[in-house]
Amino acid sequence: MRGESFRRGLKDGVPIGLGYFAVSFTFGMMAVSGGLSIWQAVLISLTNLTSAGQFAGLDIIIMAGSYWEMALTQLIINLRYCLMSFSLSQKLRRDVPWAHRYLVAFGVTDEIFGISASQEGKVSPYYNYGAMCVAIPGWTLGTLAGAISGNLLPAFMVSALSVAIYGMFLAIIIPPAKTSRAVLGVVVGSMAVSSLFAVVPGLKEVSSGFVIIITTLLVAGAAAYFFPVEDESTEEKEAGVSES
Amino acid sequence: MSHNVYIYILVMAGVTYLIRMLPLVLSRKEITSPFIKSFLYYVPYACLAAMTFPAILSATASVVSAAVGFAVALIAAYKEKSLLTVALMACTAVFIVERIMGF
Repeated sequence: MRGESFRRGLKDGVPIGLGYFAVSFTFGMMAVSGGLSIWQAVLISLTNLTSAGQFAGLDIIIMAGSYWEMALTQLIINLRYCLMSFSLSQKLRRDVPWAHRYLVAFGVTDEIFGISASQEGKVSPYYNYGAMCVAIPGWTLGTLAGAISGNLLPAFMVSALSVAIYGMFLAIIIPPAKTSRAVLGVVVGSMAVSSLFAVVPGLKEVSSGFVIIITTLLVAGAAAYFFPVEDESTEEKEAGVSES
Repeated sequence: MSHNVYIYILVMAGVTYLIRMLPLVLSRKEITSPFIKSFLYYVPYACLAAMTFPAILSATASVVSAAVGFAVALIAAYKEKSLLTVALMACTAVFIVERIMGF
């Protein structure tokens, strides 16, 4: 069923690829206006495949920060991928060979993780490859297009394009919140906690990468403690679909 | 820029890949703890929600257009539109508020 999983991944990856194109377009524009070459901007997108981390990294390159600062910032901002990979590791069948795990790892982004986590039961690595085959070109070519058009695009277009990524995030988290009150609580709770970090004096000094990590640990931890996911229903689902 | 851009890129890409790869390769055992299972189930929702709000409010040229974009995206997501549709509707809303209504 590899082909079927791959095709399903391709199909689910199309909206992600198009969304990435819009967001990475902005990244390409900013990188070139910050002094990087078109090729360097594209190379960053091709090798990193992450939005928040790249925008933060770009700032450090432009400000000529130290390599340590770069490593630490990437570690903090992207630490959420660690949690996602951990979760994805549970979704893959135990007999999935090492090579697949190394490859799947490269494509762990918020959105690809989002769609693979929302699959019923176990997930095939080929599903992730399908999504990666659309998402990676979308992210890379968007950067190229943005870098080439440079500052040609008027400011109002840039402003409108910059909400695209948040729209995608909402499209992932809102539908499950309709059916699960616990997920709704997590979504509202996370937004409230991260808002506290934005307004309360003292908390405001915390960098945005840390805010995401602290909020995630607090809210997901509290939700897991107070609303443990019922085990039996997930077991049943896994048993039902694991053949595919 | 006194530093080498390519070393920056290598550091960025290396750290980011390691974060993604290590848990996938090292944690092959099935997790049995209900707490950890539940925690991992809630992580993406907590993480994406924290990244979206309040950051979305400062993403555009004005708070008004951003708030309208946020509201439109919320409604579209609630109606279970696809990822791309929700994203495009939010962009269009921001565009209309900024260019046509002049906020």
